[in-house]
Amino acid sequence: MSAGFWRSAGLIALRDLRVELRSGEALTVVFPFAVVASWIAPLATNASPLLLRDLAAPVYWLITLLFGMMVVLRQTALETRAQRRALALTGLDPAARFAGRSGASGLVLAAVAGTLVFPVIIFYDYRPPSGAWLMAPVIILAAAGLAMLGTLAGDVTIGLRARTSLAPLLMAPLAVPLVMGAAQSLESLVAGKSIITWVLVLVIADLGLAAAGVMSARALEEISL
Amino acid sequence: MHRVKESRPSTADRFRGSAATPIHSKRVTLPSGAQPPSPIRLLVELVDLSVSLGGVPVLSGCRLTLQPGESLGVAGPNGAGKSTLLAVVATFITPTGGSGAVLGTPLGSPRIPAVRAGIGWSGHLPALYPDLTLGENLALAARLGGHPASQGHTVLEQVGLGGAAGIRAERCSNGMRRRADLARLLIGSPRLVLLDEPDAGLDQDAAPIIDHLVRTTTRRGGGVLCVSHDAAKLSGWVDRVVEMRDGSIT
Repeated sequence: MSAGFWRSAGLIALRDLRVELRSGEALTVVFPFAVVASWIAPLATNASPLLLRDLAAPVYWLITLLFGMMVVLRQTALETRAQRRALALTGLDPAARFAGRSGASGLVLAAVAGTLVFPVIIFYDYRPPSGAWLMAPVIILAAAGLAMLGTLAGDVTIGLRARTSLAPLLMAPLAVPLVMGAAQSLESLVAGKSIITWVLVLVIADLGLAAAGVMSARALEEISL
Repeated sequence: MHRVKESRPSTADRFRGSAATPIHSKRVTLPSGAQPPSPIRLLVELVDLSVSLGGVPVLSGCRLTLQPGESLGVAGPNGAGKSTLLAVVATFITPTGGSGAVLGTPLGSPRIPAVRAGIGWSGHLPALYPDLTLGENLALAARLGGHPASQGHTVLEQVGLGGAAGIRAERCSNGMRRRADLARLLIGSPRLVLLDEPDAGLDQDAAPIIDHLVRTTTRRGGGVLCVSHDAAKLSGWVDRVVEMRDGSIT
């Protein structure tokens, strides 16, 4: 008898968050590098304030995607084969494992992406549009999607020698709907339009990734053991 | 239960005494509606089993049976295929030829994932998360298996690591990690216990843990399959020992 689906997913998420909290890699290594990366454009271009403001949103999403991939793929790379085997023998549902891992990665990624907003506002002298708080659920939806995509990409490339380069290559093109949905939501806000269409794009992308992750979890686990 | 607080016994003392007072002597009451495990004639049955990994034959023509209440050792030199054999029985690797069944379920069958919860396995390397404490590692294993988290602490005490429950696995010695990994197998009393070089990294004082694990498992009708390069050590733990060489059991 193993724990139920949501209980198992919660236990796996708690494990990953605890590991992240103790290693502190996302917040003490990845985040500072992301801040430095966001600073490069203002430093290198010596651009006018108006140009910098136009660059702020694209640079933010680009950095969120690149450093988000680092956060998510790092989390999936942590598990050893022995640990995966021991987990399988507890009777853990692989779909619950996917849900738990994605949940934890999504939370860490949302924290990194949410915090990254502030240095971008400062470096680019960005003026957030009215109703900018609506971007909070957008960032959460984008982070959830990237987390599921990263967990899937990590599981697909498990055991491959070229994993470190292959997983981001696999993830980046599939992240286009997520980045597009998030970036266009902000553009719509700036233009004073409704963001509902782009939020729906994000929701549909997330649902598709969740379905893909849950349905492929068993097969991917068998390969990884 | 009355416990006398005296000088702390060594792990060896603790397990020497366990023959007379088995840890699992407590009568277990099944929850209403739960069925006791169905009787299985053979816990493991391999018939002319072969395995190729990446096109390279690793196992060929392996025949092996393990009955309930039996412990079996497989001895052989490095590269003989012992760990692969154990991985097949643990349902991690699907055989490429022959046939086999584990806990009554044919290997390669879609029902195989369902029998995994009845298998306990300890490989070359401890399956612990370095950033978690020993207690957290064992509690996680217990809770995922549907057991109370306290069982994690109980089994740690059984292997003499009760006082080390709060130490992160990465800060423990190899021997402590190994003990904790063996303690994981005491959670939930799996019907089939698989041990790969179980004494690697263990000191003399901790060796009785393996003996205890084998005896408690077989006493309640489970089975133990243990592989090692050292046939002499194996014969001290298990009922019978077979030899493996070049991917075949001789």
